[in-house]
Amino acid sequence: MKRCWLTFCLVLLSGLSSADDPLVFESPAQEARFKALTEELRCLVCQNQSLADSDAPLAQDLRREVFLMLQAGQDDATIKTFLVERYGDFVLYRPPVRGNTLLLWLAPLLLMTTGALVLAITVKKRQVMLAADALASAQKGMDPDTRDLGP
Amino acid sequence: MSRLLPLLGFLLLAALLAVGLQRADKKTELPSPLLGKSVPAYTLPALYEPERQVRSTELAGRPYLVNFWASWCVTCRQEHPVIEALARTGQVDIIGFNFRDEPEDAKAWLARWGDPYTLHLADYDGRVSIDFGVYAAPETFLIDPEGVVVFKHLGALTAEIVAQEILPRVAAMETSG
Repeated sequence: MKRCWLTFCLVLLSGLSSADDPLVFESPAQEARFKALTEELRCLVCQNQSLADSDAPLAQDLRREVFLMLQAGQDDATIKTFLVERYGDFVLYRPPVRGNTLLLWLAPLLLMTTGALVLAITVKKRQVMLAADALASAQKGMDPDTRDLGP
Repeated sequence: MSRLLPLLGFLLLAALLAVGLQRADKKTELPSPLLGKSVPAYTLPALYEPERQVRSTELAGRPYLVNFWASWCVTCRQEHPVIEALARTGQVDIIGFNFRDEPEDAKAWLARWGDPYTLHLADYDGRVSIDFGVYAAPETFLIDPEGVVVFKHLGALTAEIVAQEILPRVAAMETSG
């Protein structure tokens, strides 16, 4: 029985070591490049996952493709172009700045500016209101700073 | 006016979400960068004659449909009657690109459900499907006689798509060519 368990554990462990991507890298630097690249590329099947994260068969195939191109000495730009030619800009998590992606790139700036404007206007309004309040209190002969302190 | 502002904001947000929901089912459908470009070059063995290598140049000269299918693909079975009906019209050749599949499984599937295709090519490891930018099955491409991809459909073909998108384009090729 004990040996049975041992075998079972060994089988489990061997399963772990041979994960679905038996990619052997030439150097840690190449592996780092591979990781960085696949994290910036989108899996087309489960569209909110990167190629690095996804377990879809397509993602596995594309990872293999990226790996082979890396080994062939291609640079990152070539690899990205290869995928964009087939799957479109959508495959990139950081799409290039173009006419149809301009809004996407400018949206954060736009939202920030809107927020800052709203904030500025609100603050300004309150200042005017407070000043008016103070003036009204002063005209009634009361000290505006003590009016809320009670009797 | 300032009291209406939150309501206005809510309405804007609601409109935005409504538009998003309307398009939700289209979101998975991506425009193919292949449209208007030459069909990717390929050399693939025929499913029934593995020793015969078919090149993309061999198929040029007349319009044809490229239909990526697999025996593991449930939607392919759903679209099968539409392929059969289209084949019966005899208007356009339909080339089955059997991809990421085992030849035995593919042949068994065809034996069971019928084989209306003109020819089947076997793309076992899916390399050619990557060149076509296929990311789901089935996917269908219409290639004109010059070898240019003129139309792509993602998912099951329907009688409407065949009648409205495919056949008119094929007819136009015949009159212009």
